Amino acid sequence: MSIEIRNLSKQFGTFAALRDVSLEVQSGELLALLGPSGSGKTTLLRVIAGLELPDTGQVLFHGEDSTDQHARDRRVGFVFQHYALFRHMTIFENVAFGLRVRPKNVRPREVQIRERVLELLKLVQLDWLADRYPHQLSGGQRQRIALARALAVEPKMLLLDEPFGALDAKVRKELRSWLRRLHDDMHITSVFVTHDQEEALEVADRVVVMNEGRVEQIGTPDEVYERPASPFVYEFLGHVNLFHGRVHRGRAWIGDIEVEAPEHAEAEEQEAVAYVRPHDIEIERVAGSDAALRARVSHVLSIGPSVRLELILEGGGQRAPIQAEISKDRFRELKLVQGDSVFIRPRRFELFPNRIH
Amino acid sequence: MSAIALAMPGAARRARAIQEPAWVRWSLITLALAFLTLFLFVPLVSVFYEALRRGVEVYFAAIVEADALSAIKLTLITAAIAVPLNLVFGLAAAWAIAKFEFRGKNLLITLIDLPFSVSPVISGLIYVLIFGLQGWLGPWLAEHDIKIIFAAPGIVLATIFITVPFVARELIPLMQAQGTEEEEAAVVLGASGWQTFFRVTLPNIKWGLLYGAILCNARAMGEFGAVSVVSGHIRGLTNTMPLHVEILYNEYNFAAAFAVASLLALLALVTLALKTLVESRTVQEKKERADEHRDT
Repeated sequence: MSIEIRNLSKQFGTFAALRDVSLEVQSGELLALLGPSGSGKTTLLRVIAGLELPDTGQVLFHGEDSTDQHARDRRVGFVFQHYALFRHMTIFENVAFGLRVRPKNVRPREVQIRERVLELLKLVQLDWLADRYPHQLSGGQRQRIALARALAVEPKMLLLDEPFGALDAKVRKELRSWLRRLHDDMHITSVFVTHDQEEALEVADRVVVMNEGRVEQIGTPDEVYERPASPFVYEFLGHVNLFHGRVHRGRAWIGDIEVEAPEHAEAEEQEAVAYVRPHDIEIERVAGSDAALRARVSHVLSIGPSVRLELILEGGGQRAPIQAEISKDRFRELKLVQGDSVFIRPRRFELFPNRIH
Repeated sequence: MSAIALAMPGAARRARAIQEPAWVRWSLITLALAFLTLFLFVPLVSVFYEALRRGVEVYFAAIVEADALSAIKLTLITAAIAVPLNLVFGLAAAWAIAKFEFRGKNLLITLIDLPFSVSPVISGLIYVLIFGLQGWLGPWLAEHDIKIIFAAPGIVLATIFITVPFVARELIPLMQAQGTEEEEAAVVLGASGWQTFFRVTLPNIKWGLLYGAILCNARAMGEFGAVSVVSGHIRGLTNTMPLHVEILYNEYNFAAAFAVASLLALLALVTLALKTLVESRTVQEKKERADEHRDT
């Protein structure tokens, strides 16, 4: 089922959680709402579920206005960050809950409930835990039970609020790919909230980047990572270096480096900031034919297969040290040590004019 | 074996490192025990000793005497009305305070605590001022031949007022700690309001609710001050057990006074036992909750 959000706004006291948010979730898609805390992503999810009422705007399911529909009638599966399993019920009863509370005339018979619950417990590979209580389970197991419980009512969409936020790194990675496989098998329209960019980029079909109650960018993981629409998205998706320069009639200067900037053809002597990812910085020991910036290696940190370098630009002008990431092979080739002078050149960058830092 | 032999001195050393010297520990324990014996245990034993001093027959005669029986009956009726009413009120108030945001919430919390902060005698006087013959509603009530003050209804009202905080006070922190997520989960899964309440909310708070009810009941049966003001001390009619004890004592009928008092003391002991039992359950549930949040 498709979900359409039209001009949603929501205010909590003086805090604007959502400001005029519009977006569309296609049927069968796995969409990630990505943003820092306070960006409104959880509020948006809760509005879709009917747990929160928007001040203005509409929520449409399959083209039908459902803004005023009660949460219990929306047929959504909701997975909470802290699982929200019923603590006094066994795992079996937790999963069976959604079926048991149905009105008598549409409630499945006991045998059918049993069958369905066991089937779901098998799906999440935890059928051997049916008689346990939530507190006897690990965090990862509880989250899978929460998912089984949400699926028991055959929801038309699945909403997950930071589903792996409370788990440790290893379990999180396992569950992440497990969720992706599960979604590929079931093709249920799913929206999940996360503040972990890696999680969003890895799992989702499309990513919605949110900031301060607004949508910053919507796109596939590749799109938002490769072509961030705003400085915020650039900074939020991984580390980024800022180079200060200027643009003038379609050309940009960063120090001595001059490049084409056709998208800023109308700029007249404007200050600009170039955003460069650490792995998009080229490092040479000697100056080549291309213009480059001189820098000094201030710190060397080897992490697994790559080496992270901290560089200080010579001639000042740069407040924070530049972070560059190169492969270990390249690092050995250059034979770099702390204090060395090098030439650096951004391989790829995005220019955003007129942003004061 | 050697591992144990090695571990033991280590553990003992660690224990010693964080403990006070023996003489400090023992004098503190002795002090606490002496205090308990002097102020709690001796009086409690003396109640039963005094009650049974003249023999078992005198004891039972004092209890089955008509006025005593009527006092016991009135006490039970009062508790039977006050406790359920305060269960409902406490539950409703705690639900509202813990699960919703609204204006005047702090005022409500303060009001719930009011009976704790006001002297019980004043609580009783309030009712005399409202319902008494010279009170605001006195003339109207007299006209319609409704008796509240110096009658059972006044006693029930005063008792309800005094026992308002017990259930609510017990439930508010519990429900606040539990939050609203489970209820939200139930609603999203299609449960109606009542289903959510009976299947999710109530089972989660049942031990706290019971604990509150036990305390509420103990106070309802034992209340003296407020009830004394509104009762009028009419023997066989408006005397509760605590009031009956006072009357008997004032009449130098010590054996009977202590006999009825021993019933109240017994009630206290039963309450204590129940409370301990329920407490161990709530502690266990708290532990489970802590377990649940440990790896979150």
